[in-house]
Amino acid sequence: MYALEISSLQKTYDNGHQALQGIDLTVNAGDFFALLGPNGAGKSTAIGIICSLVNSSGGEIKIFGKDLQQQRSSCKLDIGLVPQEINFNAFETPMNILVTQAGYYGVRKPVAQHRAEKYLKLLDLWEKRDQPARQMSGGMKRRLMIARALVHEPKLLILDEPTAGVDIEIRRSMWEFLEKINQAGTTIILTTHYLEEAETLCRNVAIIDQGRIVEQGLVSELLSRSMVQSFILDLKEPALKPPELSDYRVVKCDDKRLEIEVVIGRSMNDLFKQLQQQGFEVTSMRNKSNRLEEFFLRLVSKSDAA
Amino acid sequence: MTTSNETMNYTEQAEVPSVALVNWIAFKTLVTKEIRRFMRIWVQTIVPPAVSAVLYMVIFGKLIGERIGVMDGYSYIDFVVPGIIMMAVITNSYSNSVSSFFSAKFQHHIEELLIAPVHNWVILAGFVAGGVCRGLCVGALVAAVSLFFTRISVENPLITIAVVVLTSTLFAIGGVINSVFAKSFDDISIVPNFVLTPLTYLGGIFYSIKLLPDFWFNVSLFNPVLYMVNGFRHGILGSSDFPLWWSFLVIVVFILILAAIALHLMNKGVGIKS
Repeated sequence: MYALEISSLQKTYDNGHQALQGIDLTVNAGDFFALLGPNGAGKSTAIGIICSLVNSSGGEIKIFGKDLQQQRSSCKLDIGLVPQEINFNAFETPMNILVTQAGYYGVRKPVAQHRAEKYLKLLDLWEKRDQPARQMSGGMKRRLMIARALVHEPKLLILDEPTAGVDIEIRRSMWEFLEKINQAGTTIILTTHYLEEAETLCRNVAIIDQGRIVEQGLVSELLSRSMVQSFILDLKEPALKPPELSDYRVVKCDDKRLEIEVVIGRSMNDLFKQLQQQGFEVTSMRNKSNRLEEFFLRLVSKSDAA
Repeated sequence: MTTSNETMNYTEQAEVPSVALVNWIAFKTLVTKEIRRFMRIWVQTIVPPAVSAVLYMVIFGKLIGERIGVMDGYSYIDFVVPGIIMMAVITNSYSNSVSSFFSAKFQHHIEELLIAPVHNWVILAGFVAGGVCRGLCVGALVAAVSLFFTRISVENPLITIAVVVLTSTLFAIGGVINSVFAKSFDDISIVPNFVLTPLTYLGGIFYSIKLLPDFWFNVSLFNPVLYMVNGFRHGILGSSDFPLWWSFLVIVVFILILAAIALHLMNKGVGIKS
């Protein structure tokens, strides 16, 4: 069963800009799916069409097998959206925002109040329930938008850059929360500029650029097709200049850190031998975790050049 | 954040509600939200019209009115009170829906409704009902204030209520249409300042159009507000410049036309969708 099936989806804006040039996409029910792409690639337009905020110019969308055009109300009941921009009434309280949103989905008030309490507690917002939302911090506002999207308990949750501008601690706790929501059965589609986020959370990914899907598949498969991986090396002594390494690309991050790109399959022994010969002593080493970012950048730059 | 698996389960998942039930609950929710909005800022939304009404009654009703004497067979204060109440209802019904809908567009929380399984006519009805509620609240307050100046007795309560509810419905729909097209806060003040105010002031609030020369009498007949004020005056005083059915006909025809326009615009997504 697919949670989302998109075929030949097109969007041309009134100014003639073709934001989507006929994209095809499928997301399995229960998946944690990443939709990646540079700014202006068409991600938000696609999400806008799925969520009925943008009119499409052609193509078909099915939500859990139901045609969005034919059964729009039924499809909408299954979708929850966390938009990119803060878009709740900042003068309302979190409690009222959630109860009102649930009401728009036909949830009766007593049930809505119960659910609002549940999600405000789950997202650590219960203490703020009766304060105007404008008095909340940026991270709290982001979490409130997640709570609002969940209050009608959708089967498909779409998050458009949910952690933008959120500090690392809150971001990590949001990741943990989303993983639990996904494990409980909710299909999640995520767009993000933090590719580490997609690499950590998502099983499948589609990369969109210039209104076209340029790559789609399992994150692990795409990463295995990546030809290089990067490592961060911590040095014992500060390096005045970076080492000169044959067959390895090296970037000096700072005086005591180097980033080294290694072609997959190549021996690391030779790298350490060259470093030792040039007097560099390595105290620790770790894999740079944004392999997806490297893959993404190569793919997008290839697409730009075409 | 709490993330235990147990709390994540959708334990309260009810049966899938019918489309009609979803829309009914959504309508009630939207109207509640609208009432909460204008009551939260009552100092801006409810009090100023009452203050203006007091000034009108003091200046036109008492100070100047006592020198004017009788108008259409009634003391001047008795003649203007229905018009002043109606002016407050018209202005506030319009203001509520135009400002609420435009704020929702401006702050993007209209998207909360657009993504929900709510029909456009329910969204329109919700904003209009909010405007009607504010119009009636202000109208009731102005009517209460007028008791300090005169003893008004309502001749036909049903006609009075029907005219005031239909008129506020009409102007609340007008407010929604204005806000659909509005792109800035300036755009939501143009119609009230340059269309609504002249129409209400020239709509027989302060005078009977029988006093006008033939030319201006005939011009006034094209002013729809005239029929609303006269219909309301008929309900309260028991007489007006026109047969009552003219008032109902004009109001209902305008409601149908404006509602059709508003729904067409919303279905096309004008001003609210890309």
